[in-house]
Amino acid sequence: MTTQMTSNVNPLMRVIKRIDFATYAPLIALVVLFIASSIASEYFLNARNITNILRQVSYTGIIAIGATFVIIAAGIDLSVGSMVALVGVVTMFAINSIAGDVGGVFFGIAVALVFGAALGAINGVMVTKGRVTAFIVTLATMSIFRSVALYLSDAGEVVGNNNLYPEIGGGYFMGVPFPVWVFFLLAVFAHILLRHTAYGRHVCAVGSNPNVARYSAIPVERVIFLTFVIAGFCVGVSAVLLSSRLNSVAPGDMGAYFELDAIAAVVIGGTSLAGGRGTIVGTVIGALILGIINNMLNLLGVSAYLQGLVKGLVILIAVLLQYKNNK
Amino acid sequence: MNTVPLKLENIAKSFGQNLVLKDVSIELNRGEVLGILGENGAGKSTLLKIINGVYEASRGIVEIEGHRFEKVTPELAKAHGVAMIPQEFNLVPTLSVFENVFLGRELRHPITKLLDKRSMRQKTAEVLTELEANLDPDATIETLSVAQKQMVEVAKILIFDARIVIMDEPTTVLTDKEVAVLFRVVESLKAKGVTLLFISHKLKEIKSMCDRLLILRDGEPVYFDAVSALSEHDMAVRMVGRELNQIYPAKNEDIGEVALEINELSDTQNRVKDVSLQVRRGEVLGLAGLIGSGRTEIAECIFGLRKCQFTSFKKDGADIRVKSPKDAFNLNIALLSEDRQGAGLVMNFDLPQNITLVSLKKYLKPLIDHKKALDVAGQYKGEFSIKSDSLTMEVGRLSGGNQQKVYLAKLMDTNPDVLILDEPTRGIDVNAKKEIYHFVNELTQKGIAVLLISSELEEIIGLSHRVIVMREARQVAELSGSDINEEKIMYYAAGVNQDSAEETLSGAIA
Repeated sequence: MTTQMTSNVNPLMRVIKRIDFATYAPLIALVVLFIASSIASEYFLNARNITNILRQVSYTGIIAIGATFVIIAAGIDLSVGSMVALVGVVTMFAINSIAGDVGGVFFGIAVALVFGAALGAINGVMVTKGRVTAFIVTLATMSIFRSVALYLSDAGEVVGNNNLYPEIGGGYFMGVPFPVWVFFLLAVFAHILLRHTAYGRHVCAVGSNPNVARYSAIPVERVIFLTFVIAGFCVGVSAVLLSSRLNSVAPGDMGAYFELDAIAAVVIGGTSLAGGRGTIVGTVIGALILGIINNMLNLLGVSAYLQGLVKGLVILIAVLLQYKNNK
Repeated sequence: MNTVPLKLENIAKSFGQNLVLKDVSIELNRGEVLGILGENGAGKSTLLKIINGVYEASRGIVEIEGHRFEKVTPELAKAHGVAMIPQEFNLVPTLSVFENVFLGRELRHPITKLLDKRSMRQKTAEVLTELEANLDPDATIETLSVAQKQMVEVAKILIFDARIVIMDEPTTVLTDKEVAVLFRVVESLKAKGVTLLFISHKLKEIKSMCDRLLILRDGEPVYFDAVSALSEHDMAVRMVGRELNQIYPAKNEDIGEVALEINELSDTQNRVKDVSLQVRRGEVLGLAGLIGSGRTEIAECIFGLRKCQFTSFKKDGADIRVKSPKDAFNLNIALLSEDRQGAGLVMNFDLPQNITLVSLKKYLKPLIDHKKALDVAGQYKGEFSIKSDSLTMEVGRLSGGNQQKVYLAKLMDTNPDVLILDEPTRGIDVNAKKEIYHFVNELTQKGIAVLLISSELEEIIGLSHRVIVMREARQVAELSGSDINEEKIMYYAAGVNQDSAEETLSGAIA
C-alpha cells in the first residue's frame, strides 16, 4: 500500500521538481506584465500601441541579440550605444555620397553592416590579442566611438538626401513595421546559431570554462573575437533601421543608453552575466518586457525622468533572482 | 572546564542520493590528536566540513564544548574555537603576513580607532618566533613558499586561541624539516590543551603523531580507538577493506607496434628535461614520480599545451607535430587531464553536450543532430554504467566518479588510439576506480596505447606494463616486469638510499 502510494506520488513530484522555473520565469513575467498592462490601460491593446512597442523594442532588441553572444562568452560590450551613432553617421555619409537612390541604399546598408562588424572586430582584437578585459576595452571604445561620431559630423545632425532610404525604417510588410520583421528574422537566425551549430555550442563552452574549451580543442580566442563581431554586425543592422526611420542621424543622442537596454534585455532574459548559459528567446522576451514597461510608464503618465529608475530596478531584480537560483 | 571539546552523534551526510557519511559518532578529549584515515572519497573532508560548518549534516548532532548543534555555521564554529588549516590556503596574496594573520579581526588603536599596526606586527612576530618560522611579518604573501604560507595559517590559529584545530593533509606540501617543525607545533598545541583532528594519507605520520584513530571506509566508521593498537599494515587493510590487488584485471598480453615515440623531450621552462619514451599499441606505460616531477608536463607537451623541443616525435612511425590540442585530437591522441572540473567537463552542460564537445563535427549535418548526440550519450551511459537521473542533467550534479566516466566518454568519442590518463581516479570512489581500471584494460585489448600518470603507486603497479620514474624533470629509471614494485619506484622517485625509501614507502601505502 505504502509502496504504491510513493510510486504514484514520486514521478509527479519528480516532474514538478524537474521543471526549471528559472527557464520560464522571464516568459511568466512577460505574460503577467502583458495582462496587467491590458487591465491598467485601455490604450495598451490598441493595435497602434502594440505596433509602436514592437518597433521601439526592435532597435535595442537587435543589439541585445548580439550582446547575448558576447555575454554568454563571459564578455560584455558597453560600446554598442556609441557604435550605433558612429555607424549611423558613417552610413549617412556613405548614402549621401552615392547619386542614385537604389544604389545609395544598397551601398549604405553594406557600409553599415561591414563597418559595424569591423568596429566589433576592434573590440574583439583588443580583448583576445590585447588580453584586456572586455569591460575596460568597451568602456574605452564607448568613449572613442562617440567622440569620432561627433567629430566626423561636427556634432551636427547628418541629414540624408536619399528618397528611398526612409522606406526601410518607416516601411511596413503585412501590416508589421519593417524593423520588427528584421528583429524577428535575426532572432530566429541567432537562435539557430546559438542552439544548433558548433559555433553556438563553443560560445557556451568558452563562457562556462575557457580552460575546458582549450583542452577540448576549441579555438577560444576566435570564438570570443567572433562574439564581438556579431555584436558589431547587429549594431550595424540597428543603425540602418534607426537612421532610415528619420533619414537623419544626431550623433550626440543616437544610441544613448542602448548598452544599458541591451544588457538589461539579456539579463532579464535569464542569460548569466557570469557566462556559459543563456538563450536568444530569453533576450527577445527581456526586450519585450522592457518595451512594455516603458510604454506603460508613458501611458500611465509617469514622469519620463523616472523611467531610468524603473529600468534599473528591473535589472537589479532580474540579477538578484538569478543569483538566488544559482545558490 | 570539564566539558567535552568535541562530540559527534550519529552524523550522516548525503549529497542528492549519494550517501557519503553514515552514522559517525566520536567523542574527543582535551589535548588529544585524532588521526582520520580513509581512501579518497571515504568522507574525511566531508566530516571535517561538517565540524567547521561548511556543510550541514543531513542527520545527527555536533556538540562543541557542551553546546549542541544540529547545524553548525562557520561563524558558530569559529566562535567556539574551531579552526582549520585548509589544504588550499585562505590568504590574500597581495597583503603582508601580519595583515593576513589579523584579517577580519584587526586590532585598533584604543583612541584613534585606526589600525594598530604596531601591535599586530609585534604579536605576529612573537607567534612566528614560537613557531621557529624565520618569517618577516611584513613580507608579502605572494613572495612566500608553500610551507611558509602554511606557517602563516598556523600563526593565524595560534593568535586567535583556537581550541579545536583541524588539519587537512598538512604535510603533503612540506619538506621533512618543515614537517618536523609542524610536529613540534602540534606538541605545543597539545600541551596547551588544544584538540587536533589530523587527516593524512601517510600512515607513519598518523602512527607517530596521533593518540586515537578514526578510519572511514565508504563513509562508514570502521575503526575508532587507540592508534597504538594497530600496525601500519592493519591500518591499510582496514581502510581498503579487502586484499589490495583484487581490483586490477590481468594485464593485456597482446602488445603491438610502437604507437607513440618521443626522444629527448624538453620544455622551455625546464619542467621536462631530456625525456625519451615510447608506448606500444595495447600497452600501458606508467609515469611515476612525486608531484612536480614533470609527469603532467610531459603529457602537456604531447598534447600541444606546452612549448617544447625534441629530437624526434613520431606516431605510428611517422613524424608528427602537435602545436595544439586540435592537432592532437586530429592525430587521435587524447588527454584526460588531472583537473576534471577545471579542464575536463563543462559543468553546466548536460551529458550529450559534454560528450560531443570535441567530436561535434560528427554530429553536424550541417546543424547539430541532437537526437544522434542523445543516442550516443545513452550508449556511453550504458557502456560505462554512468549513474545519472537523466541524460539531460548538468554534469555538475553528478558524483566525481560519474563525472570521470563522462569525461572518458567524451574522449572516447574522438576515437583515440593513444590515450594519456593523468590521475584518472583522483577523488572517486573505489567502485568507480575498479570500473575505470577494467575499462583501461579493455582499451589495451583493443590495441590502444595508454600513458598512465598517477600518484597512486598501486594503480601504476596494477596497470602498467612498463614504468618510467621521473624525478626533478628527468627520467631516472625505466622499470618492467617484477621490477615494477613500490620499493623500486619510491627508491628512484625520492632519490634516496634504499632504507629510507622503504621507510617513506611504508608511510605512503595510501
